[in-house]
Amino acid sequence: MSSITIEKSASKGINDLLRHLLSTGKVDAVLAMRMMPDTGAWDLALVTDVKNLKELKPLAPVMTVNASQVLSNLSLSGKKIAAVLKPCELRAFVERVKREQGSLENLFTISHTCGGVFPLDLVAEGKVDRLLPKYEKVVSAGEIPSNIRDTCKACEHFIPMNADIMVSAAGECKPGEGCMIYLNSDKAREALSECTGEHGSAVLDSTSLEKLATARAREREKLFSSIEKDCSGLDGLVNIFGKCVGCHGCSRVCPICYCTLCDFESINFDYNLPYFEEHLARKGALRLPPDTMLFHMGRLTHMSFSCVGCGMCSDVCPVGIPVAAVFSRTGESTASIFDYLPGRDVTEEIPVMIFKEEEFPELG
Amino acid sequence: MSEWQPRILAILCNWCSYAGADLAGVSRMQYPPSIRVVRIPCSGRVDPLFIMKSLQSGFDGVLVSGCHPGDCHYISGNYVARRKFAVLKPLLEFIGLEPNRVQFSWISAGEGDRFAKVVTKITEDIRELGPATRLVKKT
Repeated sequence: MSSITIEKSASKGINDLLRHLLSTGKVDAVLAMRMMPDTGAWDLALVTDVKNLKELKPLAPVMTVNASQVLSNLSLSGKKIAAVLKPCELRAFVERVKREQGSLENLFTISHTCGGVFPLDLVAEGKVDRLLPKYEKVVSAGEIPSNIRDTCKACEHFIPMNADIMVSAAGECKPGEGCMIYLNSDKAREALSECTGEHGSAVLDSTSLEKLATARAREREKLFSSIEKDCSGLDGLVNIFGKCVGCHGCSRVCPICYCTLCDFESINFDYNLPYFEEHLARKGALRLPPDTMLFHMGRLTHMSFSCVGCGMCSDVCPVGIPVAAVFSRTGESTASIFDYLPGRDVTEEIPVMIFKEEEFPELG
Repeated sequence: MSEWQPRILAILCNWCSYAGADLAGVSRMQYPPSIRVVRIPCSGRVDPLFIMKSLQSGFDGVLVSGCHPGDCHYISGNYVARRKFAVLKPLLEFIGLEPNRVQFSWISAGEGDRFAKVVTKITEDIRELGPATRLVKKT
């Protein structure tokens, strides 16, 4: 695999790379995380002017939105865009492409080994800057920071799959030891053939990430077994989902839930008085809004197999439901039936859109 | 008070299973009066949500039945249905629902006897499990 070594830290190296792509006209715009220097506020930014590149912090452990959502329409605009995506954002985008919600054609996908992101409340409180030095230290040691999203702690896919350009940022790359950039596609090799840095050929040394992989696997098992215990039976379900206020925030921020006409927001779930009367005749009381639990069950059946575990849903939940943990856990079991891994390969079809004639003899 | 009778929602496809149920009727075959039938155009029309919703609304079990694989009136509706049910199964397991409460079967228009057998079996299975309480409080 072709590679470029830049004698700078990973975060400086990736900024050099973006500058090269934008100033040479290889791309029309750059999409990456940004921190406004005057206010310290974080956002995702689309940059077309080289002078604005210095505000970007592409490797920052912050995800204000899952970038794959905003990338959908941008990717169809015909402009060439270099998008810096976290591994789960890239996987989510691949899932969106499968659903005809975007195209990889005009994109340079740039991704990096990911140490996990901070929950949004820490970002909103402006604590990221202060927490960053310790985060970087812990991540480069191949350990899990204690203050990242729960699903990030349990994420096993922190090495990007099929990014055009991959930057080593967790575990392998120590600060000051140079930034390794791996070029996975012909268009990346072509675009970066004149980028400064030492060109060579190298493969990501995954052994240096083994420690992190083991720690993540342990954390995943812990998260899953606790959520299994919490969700089983009526009491558990009421305990977990009974708090739901029906805001549908989790589905709005979900990169997989792309339907603009969601069934749950349609007239199908806009109940009329006779429905309530029938229910009240049996029970004498009714919780409103109705069907908050059914909403979660519905989303689970509709898209859990494509869940990439980005954790946006848990982060925006106003009442603290561990939505992402539930989805990661059930997503793993529903996807494994079909030997499916969301975002692994854009040619791999969504399991419920295809079938084999001979399968599941136990059903029916 | 009389013995508890399970209430089972039977979602039957118009072309095969519903006609199978019809045949069981006109052939005067006996089966327990535990099912409430909903006729649908094709088993592929069944959103797993229908199953969740009926369990939440107090049904003790759900039977979904369509044409035999390969015999779908719309060529492939039941293949797609089968995939959706395969996704639903681990989910039901995850929330602690007994797997036998939701059953799938393929019954053709000529299999009246099979329809009677399937209904008898699911009724017995659910009678053994007792009233569904995992998704709804029984009052």
